[in-house]
Amino acid sequence: MGRYVVKRLIQTVFVLFIISTFVFLLLRAVGDPARLMVSPESTLESIDDLRRKLGLDRPLIEQYGSYMYGIIRGDFGNSYTYDRPALELIKMHIGPTLQLTLVSLLISLPMGLILGCISAIKRYSIFDNIATVLAVFSRAIPSFWLGIMMILVFSIRLKLLPPSGYGSPRQILMPALALGTSMAAVVARLTRSSMLEVLGSDFIRTARGKGLKERVVIIRHALHNALIPVVTIVGLQMGNLLGGSIIIETIFAWPGIGNLLVESINEFDFPVIQATVFIIAVFFVIINLITDFTYVVIDRRIRLE
Amino acid sequence: MEQSLNYQPGLPEPAAAKTSGIKRYLTLLLRSRTATFGFIVIVALLLIAVFQSQFATHDPTAQSIRVRLTPPAWMEGGDPQYLLGTDQLGRDIFSRLIYGIRISLLVGVAGVAISCLIGSTLGLIAGYFGGWVDTVIMRLVDVFLAFPFLLLAITFSVTLGSSLRNIIIVLGITGWASYARLVRGQTLSIREQEYIQASFTIGSNDFHNIVRHILPNLVTPIIIYSSLEIGVYIIAEASLTFLGMGVPPSIATWGNMLATGRDYLSNAWWLATFPGIAIVITVLAFNFVGDWLRDVLDPKTTYDI
Repeated sequence: MGRYVVKRLIQTVFVLFIISTFVFLLLRAVGDPARLMVSPESTLESIDDLRRKLGLDRPLIEQYGSYMYGIIRGDFGNSYTYDRPALELIKMHIGPTLQLTLVSLLISLPMGLILGCISAIKRYSIFDNIATVLAVFSRAIPSFWLGIMMILVFSIRLKLLPPSGYGSPRQILMPALALGTSMAAVVARLTRSSMLEVLGSDFIRTARGKGLKERVVIIRHALHNALIPVVTIVGLQMGNLLGGSIIIETIFAWPGIGNLLVESINEFDFPVIQATVFIIAVFFVIINLITDFTYVVIDRRIRLE
Repeated sequence: MEQSLNYQPGLPEPAAAKTSGIKRYLTLLLRSRTATFGFIVIVALLLIAVFQSQFATHDPTAQSIRVRLTPPAWMEGGDPQYLLGTDQLGRDIFSRLIYGIRISLLVGVAGVAISCLIGSTLGLIAGYFGGWVDTVIMRLVDVFLAFPFLLLAITFSVTLGSSLRNIIIVLGITGWASYARLVRGQTLSIREQEYIQASFTIGSNDFHNIVRHILPNLVTPIIIYSSLEIGVYIIAEASLTFLGMGVPPSIATWGNMLATGRDYLSNAWWLATFPGIAIVITVLAFNFVGDWLRDVLDPKTTYDI
């Protein structure tokens, strides 16, 4: 286990290094931010001034060096638009994003597990069929459109929930649901198939044969084993929640990191773009890492490389 | 996989077997209601996309302020001339939806094709040759998979700028990594089979092995995975366009229509509703056919990458 952890950690650091280089190169390929930022009527001298101020007049390799050195110290440079450290902006916006992702997870995970279990136990019942149809649809519905339709129905028509904003529990409900629906569907599908497989196995027959109560058989014996494949998919889906929050946040005017990213792209605010992309990737990588470790801990049968 | 493919290396399939194969698949297709639905929808969409000017009742770009925000025909204040109503510039929603089909299909299919080409080639090379080539390619795959799909696509589209051609390239280079992973795994398992080993023994060169023995066996998994990915790409295009980083607003696409529709939610619900429904139906159709292909051709492999 120890060697496996160390190996994965080294791998992760390597991936993060490549990611940061990659982000740097990609954005340098866009063109000159100084030229993109100034107004059309500004003179060549003012562009040069700006370039010098932003450190864009230095050779590329030098810019890269200071960029990488900065990342190690947690310094992504100052935002061009706000003239404040990019990391400070991220710190302001990461909270709402994590909050949204977490609430979304807390809604969709239990929902998916419960739906999946009932579907498996009452296979081919009306309930199971409805759950199947919902799952199929949720795979085809873009989450951002679902969000828009929710605003249309619950805010504009029924006037039940506020269409946007941040702060109260009522405001987080719609974005969290829009974000989490597809995950709930994936979890439900997987729980169902995994449960069905476990319920058909010999040790469940034995448990029933011993005269255990059905509830005990299902919760203590079946569910525990059925959860193993669910854990991996939850890890992967957590990453997708993080990615999906980029677009959901813009719809509900949620002041998270996704909103920050879209705004900084519109403003050509390179340090902020670099910092947000990097931070989201870091979270994504860490989630994958935790998933791998959890997987190993839950299922001792998995052989470590 | 072997018996469903009926593939015998080195032997051309007899023509008679081929027609009975088509018949067999047709029977299998008609047996699945969802796949039949999906197939019909896809054929219909293709036809409409090809003959779009015949199906559209109006010029999709023709503006007429006089009839702006006309509700759908069946509603009070609706005009039978504008079946699904008009947008804020008086453009016909129905005709714009029709013209959006071509864009969505084009981006979905071409984007998947690019990903498939890059990913399959690299995955094949990695799986076949192994060694340091494999290590380098798979580390690159790790880096690409360390980003949420949408985030990576956003980063690329910032770099390339938004145009119809670029969005196809962006999605193409965003999604190749999962293809590489799939194809590498398949190649590894095919390589170990006896007839390949035999081919090595009699001194066949690598090119011969890849073209005659490995590639034919990769076709099925690639077709299945691609059909499941088209829906993902169509949604990704709509998402990017919605964020203003995809297809430019001058072109009628479902993503652009959703983006404008969002601003008129409170007084013109039809602007944001119909393009979403169009996306859902299209993606459903591709998913149904993809699921069916997987069930019929290759039920054993999982395609959750």
